[in-house]
Amino acid sequence: MIRIEKLTRAFGAKEALRDVTLEIRRGEIFTLIGPSGSGKSTLIRLIDLLDSPSSGKIFFDGTDTAGPKKDRLVIRRRMSMVFQKPAVLNTSVAENVAFGLKFRGVPATEAEKKVKFALHLVGLSDLYSRRAITLSGGEMQRVALARAMVTEPEVLLLDEPTANLDPVSSEMIEDLIVRINKRFGTTIVMSTHDMLQGQRLADRIGVIMDGSLVQVGSAPEIFYQPKGRQIARFVGIDAITGGRVIENTGGHALIRVGETCFEALTDIPKGKRVSLCIRPEDVTLTPSDSVSEKTSMRNRIVGRIQKILPSGPFVRIAVDCGFPLVALITRRSCTDLGLSLGSMVIAGVKATAIHVLQEDGDRNAAG
Amino acid sequence: MSDITNGIIQAIDLIVTLNPEVMQIAALSLYISLTATTLAAIVAIPAGALIYFNTFYGKRAVIILIQTLYSVPTVVVGLILYLLISRSGPFGFLGLLFTSQGMILGQMVLIIPIMMGLVISALSGIDRGISDTLISLGATQFQKIIEIVKEARFAILSAVVLGFGRAIAEVGVAMMIGGNIRDHTRVLTTAITLETGMGKFGFSIALGIILLVIALIVVVILNLITSALSSDLQQIAGGGPHG
Repeated sequence: MIRIEKLTRAFGAKEALRDVTLEIRRGEIFTLIGPSGSGKSTLIRLIDLLDSPSSGKIFFDGTDTAGPKKDRLVIRRRMSMVFQKPAVLNTSVAENVAFGLKFRGVPATEAEKKVKFALHLVGLSDLYSRRAITLSGGEMQRVALARAMVTEPEVLLLDEPTANLDPVSSEMIEDLIVRINKRFGTTIVMSTHDMLQGQRLADRIGVIMDGSLVQVGSAPEIFYQPKGRQIARFVGIDAITGGRVIENTGGHALIRVGETCFEALTDIPKGKRVSLCIRPEDVTLTPSDSVSEKTSMRNRIVGRIQKILPSGPFVRIAVDCGFPLVALITRRSCTDLGLSLGSMVIAGVKATAIHVLQEDGDRNAAG
Repeated sequence: MSDITNGIIQAIDLIVTLNPEVMQIAALSLYISLTATTLAAIVAIPAGALIYFNTFYGKRAVIILIQTLYSVPTVVVGLILYLLISRSGPFGFLGLLFTSQGMILGQMVLIIPIMMGLVISALSGIDRGISDTLISLGATQFQKIIEIVKEARFAILSAVVLGFGRAIAEVGVAMMIGGNIRDHTRVLTTAITLETGMGKFGFSIALGIILLVIALIVVVILNLITSALSSDLQQIAGGGPHG
């Protein structure tokens, strides 16, 4: 649907987006995740033709979008965009929703029908003649969504649509996005800095870091097999560095980190330096004095609890095993296990739960 | 003291009895300034929009120049225009000197900068997000400009009303270009100057009261506009009834 080739956008000396190549497929929900200021908005604005790239190309349905103004308008009218901060004009809700139709010269009676349908879609039929600027943030964003959908776009672009909203409104918007995608087959490209939202909604996820598209894949790929330590960190993994593969038999590797040996699955050959990515929720903790139960856990490491951080119904526990290892367990199990600062624990990690990353210096050497 | 009390009594009498000369002067004043304001608005709104919506070399300098012209003395405008349209001037053939048309032209020159400047700041007051939103909704450049100007309508209207206030209250252009000719170019301000000089205080005070009433009407209109605006703002600040 949209093919992006070697796209770069520089503002002065600063490259907001660098050499991005990406294909967005018809009918999918594609989310761009990345920290604030990483270039997500710049990319979405470029796709909506609100801005022009410094170099590189964007093809919309096979057509190069770098044509004359008139052609760009025709392409832009096949898309719609919802912004992070919804901007409503000082008229009625209905008139706000009707703008796209008015610009396209749709006759008033037909427009009225479409506006009513769009407002019904987002559940705001009651607010038809209300002045738009009196709405709450969540309602404004739903009006923005109705306004974007009223022209029946092939592609709906959303730039952090829930960043300024409360959790209830966010959920409502997320729900609408999925429904629009399922019902109309609209291709959706959405940016978010909330990685969990990206995971909830997306068919595919692209990770943008510092202007570069660093990984594209399905949610499990991004969350369990991040392609680098930076991405790992963004998706909630503090990678353990300074490991070395000391043995590898057919993908079953033994990796030494300090005094500890991990078993993990990887093709990285013996002798290479590696980092280990372990999702905190994949780490189990047992008090070190408990009788060792039978377990499939290959990796059992003794350590001392260094930090306990509450996180909603969970607690993040940092264990010092010679290297820091973080476990995420429920508050209840923390109490049941009697874990406290300074107590010794055995941390368990399955071999299959470890994602091994070759360290940069060694990757080059390996060619 | 008796000048003042006698003057006021006489003024009230002139107004209440709708003295033909007083009414004629007031009507001419309104006609000239309203025409000048309308024509100036027709020039200043598109010109201000043109400057605001285009990027060009020296834009900043143009805006500074416009802002400087806010405070140009009316007599300076009168002088320059006089030199241009007097019989020996380059536009002398138009025969505009000492006519109401000449006065309209002079007042336009006087208030176009302030209207343009205020139109530019009215448009700058519109959130940039609105512009992006309109383009993303498929607006052409022209459709976008129309909607943004409409969005800034209250602030633009106050620019126009302020321009009118400056036009009707000025005396320099009216005197130098109009020449204060009875029944032709005599307006409220020039008449007050003349009658006061001749010691006809009652007449002057009557005209002064009318001028103040017109100013009052202007201020009331401005207030109505700004209160309409600020009630919107309060609703936004309060998050609306659903807040």
